[in-house]
Amino acid sequence: MSLTTNNINQNELRKLAAREGYTFFGLTVPYLIMVTALIAIPVGWLFYLSFIGRDGTFSFENYERMWKSKAYIKIFITTFKISILTTIICAAIGYPLAYFMSQLSRKWANICMIGVLIPFWTSLLVRTYAWLVLLQKKGLLNNIAIDMGLISEPIKFVHNTTGTLIGMVHIMLPFLILPLYANMRAIDKDCMKAASSLGATPSRAFWTVFLPLSLPGLLAGLLIVFVLCLGFYVTPAILGGGKVIMAAMKISSNIELYFSWGAASALGVVLLVVTGIILFIASKLVSIDQLGSR
Amino acid sequence: MENSSLNISIKNVTKKYDEFYALKDISLDITSGEFMTLLGPSGSGKTTLLMVLAGFTNPDYGSVKFGEEEVILKPPHLRGIGMVFQNYALFPHMTVEQNVGYPQKLRGVSKAETSRTVDQALETVKLGGLGHRRVDELSGGQRQRVALARAIVFKPKILLMDEPLSALDKKLREEMQIELRQLHDTLNMTTVYVTHDQKEALTMSDRITVINGGELMQLGTPNEIYEHPENGFIADFIGESTLLPVQVKNSKATIGKTEINVAQPLDKDGNFSLVVRPEKVFLAPSKKKKDENYFNGTLLDSIFQGESQLLVIELESAGGEAQELRVRIPNQSVTDKALPAIGEKVTIALKVADSYVVS
Repeated sequence: MSLTTNNINQNELRKLAAREGYTFFGLTVPYLIMVTALIAIPVGWLFYLSFIGRDGTFSFENYERMWKSKAYIKIFITTFKISILTTIICAAIGYPLAYFMSQLSRKWANICMIGVLIPFWTSLLVRTYAWLVLLQKKGLLNNIAIDMGLISEPIKFVHNTTGTLIGMVHIMLPFLILPLYANMRAIDKDCMKAASSLGATPSRAFWTVFLPLSLPGLLAGLLIVFVLCLGFYVTPAILGGGKVIMAAMKISSNIELYFSWGAASALGVVLLVVTGIILFIASKLVSIDQLGSR
Repeated sequence: MENSSLNISIKNVTKKYDEFYALKDISLDITSGEFMTLLGPSGSGKTTLLMVLAGFTNPDYGSVKFGEEEVILKPPHLRGIGMVFQNYALFPHMTVEQNVGYPQKLRGVSKAETSRTVDQALETVKLGGLGHRRVDELSGGQRQRVALARAIVFKPKILLMDEPLSALDKKLREEMQIELRQLHDTLNMTTVYVTHDQKEALTMSDRITVINGGELMQLGTPNEIYEHPENGFIADFIGESTLLPVQVKNSKATIGKTEINVAQPLDKDGNFSLVVRPEKVFLAPSKKKKDENYFNGTLLDSIFQGESQLLVIELESAGGEAQELRVRIPNQSVTDKALPAIGEKVTIALKVADSYVVS
């Protein structure tokens, strides 16, 4: 067929394509407004505030304080320690559970999933106080253990690192299980059969085939849990009983007790930057679209 | 030469799910080096039987022997079979080489030997030089070949294949059928091949086992199964055919009121079906012969299909329902004489030697 010099309807078709483009772009407008109003502007404001000193002029004092004051360094260490421990414990509990669920039939897996989701949907505050009721000095757990003669003195479960970890692991677990389970479900079951028919023992097949294929889901889960832990407030505040101070709690006390918006903002900026760096490193390990559910 | 294959002996294998028999008392001997196809419609139990051989499904009872050895209690990884899955089941996190080398690695084969055998296996499936590719960079046909290379690299004595070509397009599938068959002839492994595609089964197999509803329907060479189906199901399932109702009384077969001659002796009275395949019937010559059966009808439709012309003929009803019959006239030459026009009365013929009735 010869090319006609007169391209019939070309301009009209181009306009049509452009119009479709505008229509779809229009769908993002509410979101763009929201992001600008609720994220870009406040974060920019935060950034600005962090460079304002006590006397109201531009200064680096809010940042200097962070690496000069022992209290601040301790807070950062605590924040990372609690976050890392929570993430590791979540993985240790969540991975076997997600694996178990992924091997069940859809029906039973859904029932298990409800078990994971009900706490997930319950108010954070309710769950945190529930742990306090269970774990405190005269709480259910200690009372039962004493009545049974297992211990003579109540064990100190709360107002320390242990209590904080118990509460945080409980709250973070679904964030690890959900992406991990979705990933494991998507693994072709025939791959494990293939490994087995080729001579792999069940454990060998797991280590050489299943585990590598589940890594993207595991990494996504670890990342979500870790990042959420870094900025976590309610649970460590209640179950830590003021003895476990994480960055978010310091931000709050800077504002509520000392009215120091500058110091609070600087801490917020540091937390934001650290999270950004972690996400950046993770995105090099896993493609970013796998961080959502897959 | 070392014996590179094993015979398989299946006895009384039965698997029941609640009230439903997936496999009902299947007994079957597959000889060493044979290409055996398990053929059946979906849900017939053919895949279940393959999974029993592989060790992924345990039957309720029954015996499976590879050679002299009972394997029914052995887990899959100890059975030493090569298996090709329907969706290839390649490991997506490994390269082509790593996939094919996987069974060798498990067997503790040295690096040099693994690399040699992997190259050889890839060469065998015509994928030489693609070892470093990632699996997701390959086309469907290439993935199939990798899966095959992975299943044969450790020279198993038995090769199981579960509808390995079903995801490929028609042309590639037909090429691969011939290639797989040639590969089998070179490697000489006992091969059990599952498919629902009767043409594929006819093309590739030494023998075919037709399975339906968990039961073994017929076992035979492609020729036997095609020419002498044991029942109406098989006649209908294998190839194209029309079943015409036949009454048999006192060793005489009639369709309606017309008597027909058939190829086999008739020792039982009752209702049977005459198997009429489109390529076996033809437009009757003007002079009638003794060794042919004739049917009168009207041409309903005439469809040009390239290599042949398909005629759809409505038979003159002999009481009962109107029967449609298909006749395939090969397109041998543009000088072929003109075919009847739609609506014309036609007489078609079937040789007595090709007239075969089934229950």
